[in-house]
Amino acid sequence: MRRRHVCPCGGTKSMRSKIAHGEQINGWLFVMPALALLGIFLVYPILWSLWISLQVGKGSNLHFGGFANILRLFGDKVFLHALTNTCVFFVVQVPIMILLALVFAVMLNDAKLWGRGIFRTAIFLPCVTSLVAYSALFRSMFESDGVVNNGLMALHLIAEPIQWLTDPFWAKVMIILAITWRWTGYNMIFYLAALQNIDQSIYEAARIDGIPARARFFRLTIPLLKPVILFTSIISTIGTLQLFDEVNNITQGGPGDATLTLSLYIYNLTFQFMPSFGYSATVSYVIVVLVAILSFLQFLIARDKK
Amino acid sequence: MTGTSKITRYAIVYSVLSAATFVSIFPFYWMIVGATNTSAEIVKGKTSFGGNLLANIERLLEQVDLGRVFLNSAGLAVAGTLLTLLVSSLAGYGFEMFRSRIRERIFALLLLLLSVPFAALMVPLFIMVSSAGLANTFVAVVLPSIASIFIIFYFRQATKAFPGELRDAARIDGLREWQIFLHVYMPAMRSTYAAATIIVFMMSWNNFLWPLIVLQTPEHKTITLVISALTSAYTPDFGVILVATILATLPTLVLFFVLQRQFVAGMLGSVK
Repeated sequence: MRRRHVCPCGGTKSMRSKIAHGEQINGWLFVMPALALLGIFLVYPILWSLWISLQVGKGSNLHFGGFANILRLFGDKVFLHALTNTCVFFVVQVPIMILLALVFAVMLNDAKLWGRGIFRTAIFLPCVTSLVAYSALFRSMFESDGVVNNGLMALHLIAEPIQWLTDPFWAKVMIILAITWRWTGYNMIFYLAALQNIDQSIYEAARIDGIPARARFFRLTIPLLKPVILFTSIISTIGTLQLFDEVNNITQGGPGDATLTLSLYIYNLTFQFMPSFGYSATVSYVIVVLVAILSFLQFLIARDKK
Repeated sequence: MTGTSKITRYAIVYSVLSAATFVSIFPFYWMIVGATNTSAEIVKGKTSFGGNLLANIERLLEQVDLGRVFLNSAGLAVAGTLLTLLVSSLAGYGFEMFRSRIRERIFALLLLLLSVPFAALMVPLFIMVSSAGLANTFVAVVLPSIASIFIIFYFRQATKAFPGELRDAARIDGLREWQIFLHVYMPAMRSTYAAATIIVFMMSWNNFLWPLIVLQTPEHKTITLVISALTSAYTPDFGVILVATILATLPTLVLFFVLQRQFVAGMLGSVK
């Protein structure tokens, strides 16, 4: 069935259909530049990528290999490292960051709090930096005799310097600290916006009923914020799956492969070593599949919210 | 709640927020202090101001053609922002104002494609760009980002609040559709454009991976590429790096303080 177009100015039937026809043309004219560009720079590369993921060979010397690349994934230790690291990053980092952002947001939602604006701006400020710039900045702070170790030792939190750049475990911790610094304030403003939309009378009622502050937080605030929390978790996880700038500029994936991520591995496969386009396209489809699963979850949540 | 427990609670709140503020702000302080120290002092964690700022700036100027680098970054960001806003707001307006069954389907498909990671595109995009002879050109950096599903979606959402009477009145006055867009819609949606400008400008100014792939020669380098190259040196000169970091951060920092409200609105809207 064709959609009916309502003409705002009334008029005869033929005039109306003429306008409906014009509407069609205008609609296409407005969206066409964007659709053409998206077709060339998004849809075509995705399909092409799928095609080259079935090719094997080095450089431009490619031939059809069927599922050879997918089988190669399972035996590729570097790939398995990159996959594990990427998962470690989001499994550990996202919950820590979400919890911190939530705590800050709830604290800052108190209208009587003195200095609220200053705290809010300060915690949000890291979002203003570019990923490369803050990575360089963090790189300069985590030397073994550097400012972070000095500070931690002055506070008696550690007895001797941590080898942030050369120890595989602490290198991961450093990347997690860096990402948390950059993105906590970003998540916080989502929670602050959501908290401001909560009807305060619910809290009044709870207070009058004698429900203590802690219970109000867990039984009221958290359930009310659940959609936003899930939403930001998924956004952050998708972001972490694509982690590149930080690891490339703080650790170059090292020491060894300790902080290598999937995106960095794809980059290395394509541009650092003798390029094997087919295989790097296959690795990139691993990210596509992971992101697709998460986006589907997000879609389910969004539908739930309505 | 008793008086003492209230005081304890505020003591906890202030300690947590002060600690968070310190951790958030300290790297900025470190960036400024570090720019005045030698690399050896930075590596040793010196937290007081030194007298090495001019020497650091001088060495940065020796290594890179800073004026050119800045111009490259700014040019790419401005051109990218203008084109993205134009093309994507046109589409957002078009999808919302002229609805048809097939365009709704296309829009739904676009939303599905919204989360395609760039990692999946970079190999074919690189091959496409090289075989079109566009490797090492600014055009190749800007072109793939002009039609942003993100921004199209953002404008479509915002267009829902655009009063239909304004458009009807303009039609009765005999304005053509593109004139309505240009003279009625764009001025009326100033704040949407402001927020979108901030998102897109931030994205292009800070863009790293795609320029890293496309731009190879020194005269095409952007500020993010320069910082990355300086950092990946075998013994990085941190004094120089931190000067470059300040220069890269300054434009977005100023943008944030001047347009704080639109900045936050843009951040919130960008993923809604």
